[in-house]
Amino acid sequence: MELIFKASLVVAIFVVTLLVALYSTFAERKISAVLQDRIGPNRAGPFGLLQPLADGVKMFMKEEIIPTTSSKWLFIFAPCLAMLTAGMSSAVMPWGGNLIIDGETYSLQVADINIGILYILGITSVGIYGIMIGGWASDNKYSLLGAIRASSQMISYELAMGLSVIAVVMMTGDLSINEIVKGQPGAHWNVFYQPLGFIIFLICAFAETNRAPFDLPECETELIGGYHTEYSSMKLGFFLFAEYINMFVSCALIAAVYFGGYNMPFINDFGWSPNTVTIVGTACFFLKIAFGIFFFMWVRWTLPRFRYDQLMRLGWQILIPLSIINVILTGLGIIVFK
Amino acid sequence: MLEYVFYILSAISIACALLMVFAKNPIHSVLFLIGTFFSIAGHFVILNAHFLAIVQIIVYTGAIMVLFLYVIMLLNLNKESESTKPNIVKVAAVVSAGLLFLVMLASFKESIAIPLPEGTDGIGSVKNLGKVLFSEYLLPFEASSVLFLSAMAGSVLLAKKK
Repeated sequence: MELIFKASLVVAIFVVTLLVALYSTFAERKISAVLQDRIGPNRAGPFGLLQPLADGVKMFMKEEIIPTTSSKWLFIFAPCLAMLTAGMSSAVMPWGGNLIIDGETYSLQVADINIGILYILGITSVGIYGIMIGGWASDNKYSLLGAIRASSQMISYELAMGLSVIAVVMMTGDLSINEIVKGQPGAHWNVFYQPLGFIIFLICAFAETNRAPFDLPECETELIGGYHTEYSSMKLGFFLFAEYINMFVSCALIAAVYFGGYNMPFINDFGWSPNTVTIVGTACFFLKIAFGIFFFMWVRWTLPRFRYDQLMRLGWQILIPLSIINVILTGLGIIVFK
Repeated sequence: MLEYVFYILSAISIACALLMVFAKNPIHSVLFLIGTFFSIAGHFVILNAHFLAIVQIIVYTGAIMVLFLYVIMLLNLNKESESTKPNIVKVAAVVSAGLLFLVMLASFKESIAIPLPEGTDGIGSVKNLGKVLFSEYLLPFEASSVLFLSAMAGSVLLAKKK
């Protein structure tokens, strides 16, 4: 029974991840349309709701081109790797509390490993390889430049990201994401105790997912399409899709680490049964994630792109010292208040 | 069950390590080395050292090998630019590798496996590792961090020299 529940949970999370990523592409086009005073896609289905399906069919139907000069196996391997690493992080995310079915307790988290947050950092750091291998295997200088930009950017911002997470770990005293979520009951969210750490983490999340204003690896005015210049058809689709999955997972991580995950204020005051509380909590978690995704898109269509040297200066000379200061302040705070 | 996992992982790590040495293209070499590191992380997981496994992935595969790949991509090394060494160097390399193998063989032949003491289930967990590092091995731990600092200062000095 336990096994069946876990297996169906894995499938459900996978399907939900893909669905959210699919409709994120639609949301992106609608939000950009609103911000630019346009209407956006409205032809396929009611309100254009079938647009993602039409896009998917278009991607599948397009001609598949593999450059003859490129390293063929690595060229095919790269988008697969990008998708694989994007989908792996959701395994340790606590999507909700416990469900009680027939007197037995089931956790809405696939794997509660005791180093959950490190696991996510590890997967993020491996996620660079999809872009790097793709950029190199294309045998195109623009692709290579995009890949090199992506790798140096992600390495630079990973440090500040890890350091800002350390401050949260110091407060919780545990590396498990479930424990971090449990440590912020009601409205005692970490964002109120760690405002500086939250801002650093948010900026790093933008850089790690290669989203604007940090989308230099694929900036079309300089590099045509960056690392996916030579890609076509569904392989290009995989790269683009992996970006949306990454965005979903980082929004989930931000919601879990800084916004209390499935916690919401006054949830225990309504006298609901435990199962209802769990389901409402999960809905609340997804609401927070949806707002996060909206924020990512809002920023993308509002801010201009950084210049490369500005990006590096921001990462190394501003964010890393600030996050070290944040760690020291958190340590002092723990000593003084506990 | 765990035994089979061990054999599969070992096969992967040895195969990847050999392919790393024999690959003609430096990029392929680096990718096989990444595969080796991954399978070693798998070995750590089998040994219940989850923290070491994830640190292996974050530090080696996620940071150091990315920099390796980065440098090799920038240098654009390929088969044509590979220099051929004179024969005497090749002979010397084979002899010294053979000697190293002999020393390793001699040291492993006499070694005996030390059984784990009782009650050390969570020996690889973060809590236990932290306690040991910050009490018993505090001095070596701090000394190694000073070593990293000096490496960093050295590279900054070299970069600023001109």
